[in-house]
Amino acid sequence: MTRAQKPVRLKVDQVQKIYQTGAGTEFEAVRSLTFDLHDGEFACLVGPSGSGKTTLLKCIAGLMRTTSGEVVLDGQSVNGPAKGMAVVFQEYGRSLFPWMTVEANVDLPLKTSGVPKMERAERVRDALESVGLDKAGAKYPWQLSGGMQQRVAIARAVASQPSVLLMDEPFAAVDAQTRADLEDLVRRIWRKHNMTILFVTHDIDESVYLAERVLVLSSSPTVIQNDIEIDLPQERDQLVTRSAARFAELRAEVYERVQFAKTNIHAVVEPARFTEAHA
Amino acid sequence: MTLLKKTGYFLGIPLLLLAAWTVYTSTATNFFIPEPAKLMDRFFKIWFSERFVSDVLPSLSRLLAGLGLSIVIGIAVGAVIGYVRWIRWLFEPLFEFIRAIPSTILIPVLLLLIGINDSMKITLIVFSCVWPILLNTVAGVTSIDEVLQNTAKVIGLTKFDRMRYLVLPAASPQIMAGIRQSLAVALILMVVSEMFASTDGIGHWTINFQNRVAIAEMWSGILLLGIIGVTLSVVFQWFQKRILAWYEGLKEKEND
Repeated sequence: MTRAQKPVRLKVDQVQKIYQTGAGTEFEAVRSLTFDLHDGEFACLVGPSGSGKTTLLKCIAGLMRTTSGEVVLDGQSVNGPAKGMAVVFQEYGRSLFPWMTVEANVDLPLKTSGVPKMERAERVRDALESVGLDKAGAKYPWQLSGGMQQRVAIARAVASQPSVLLMDEPFAAVDAQTRADLEDLVRRIWRKHNMTILFVTHDIDESVYLAERVLVLSSSPTVIQNDIEIDLPQERDQLVTRSAARFAELRAEVYERVQFAKTNIHAVVEPARFTEAHA
Repeated sequence: MTLLKKTGYFLGIPLLLLAAWTVYTSTATNFFIPEPAKLMDRFFKIWFSERFVSDVLPSLSRLLAGLGLSIVIGIAVGAVIGYVRWIRWLFEPLFEFIRAIPSTILIPVLLLLIGINDSMKITLIVFSCVWPILLNTVAGVTSIDEVLQNTAKVIGLTKFDRMRYLVLPAASPQIMAGIRQSLAVALILMVVSEMFASTDGIGHWTINFQNRVAIAEMWSGILLLGIIGVTLSVVFQWFQKRILAWYEGLKEKEND
């Protein structure tokens, strides 16, 4: 089954966000954003800094009101944090409750949404196992390294079995080695649990390595500038994949588009072939 | 540090003072300073006889009732005020004013309004002790990390669950600091209320002994109050260590 034949999980429909910046002035952060995320898709949103990535993610997560347009999750319009949406934030150290053990952190969304106790224990164990932390359940988050803390946050999201998992530059604050491990971990979890993931990053290599599809954002006021299919094999490996010729091509393509986005403000419609635009 | 060394540091100065006191009272005869032996004798005779039930227990129960009420009211009201912005804006100026009034001046008012009884004394204790707890709770609740708050939202916690699993635990270090401050205040107000308007209690008898020039007896009251104060603080620290174990660990980690 091709992507388009699968049901739409997340529909972002002409989302616009204008900030009131006081004294009657306005700032249009997001102009008109439209894309669909289908069941089981792994998409990355990349864009130059200041392209409103975080604003957009907050709008999708229901943490921020959109000025106009609509976010629809499983056919339901999103007005505020929605059941079925899980978010992994960049600031792992501040997104886990330090007064709870790792297990209690992962369990909290299940407990408060009324999942039966037996099932909860099972799901928490399964999620912690998926991120390789099955032995750290009784520890407190602050007893773990940064990378491990982020894995706990991922486990919490996995345990809640979301329709869509949003990740906001989740690996921006960890060291390179940990980052590579976490990338592989997310790929593994995505396949194992058949998840639908929207992953925001500023790292072009990361977006190509991780996703099946890369959405390139324009500069602010943001629109989707490009929608690039990543036709790399499912089985990815830090060494093999990153040294593949196709990876280099895709990387170069995304890189050029992001460069284009940086220099061309309000580039709502891009020329058919990007290279020709420069000629 | 060895146990012996620890004990040495802990008891060193008190033992030295006790020795100086014994030497002083055995050489000089100052009417107002009793010998340690005499003081200890009176201490046990007075407070651990029928007075334990008729005076010490009433004092302690007023103290604990006042503290308990202050903690419950302070946390409950503080959490609501910290959580709801318009209520906070509405009440903060008033609180600053009421808080600035020295509570002891309320004794005459409370005497008229409530009378000479336990309720009046407990009210007085609550009136002073509730502020450190309430204002610390407000401060704790309003300074919760934004990412933690967003996390609670996306997890889908209801308002009640957010209070229970996020707001109160996050504010607990500051709440405990407030309670700690209020312990000393509670003891002071307990004694003052008994000195002014009471027919029983440690404060009442201490001032009574002074009026009757029963010097050793008067000192024994002071000693008892000191012991109560220390015990209160030790019990509090025991609780704090358990409730805030996560916080101590987190801070230690951050300071590494």
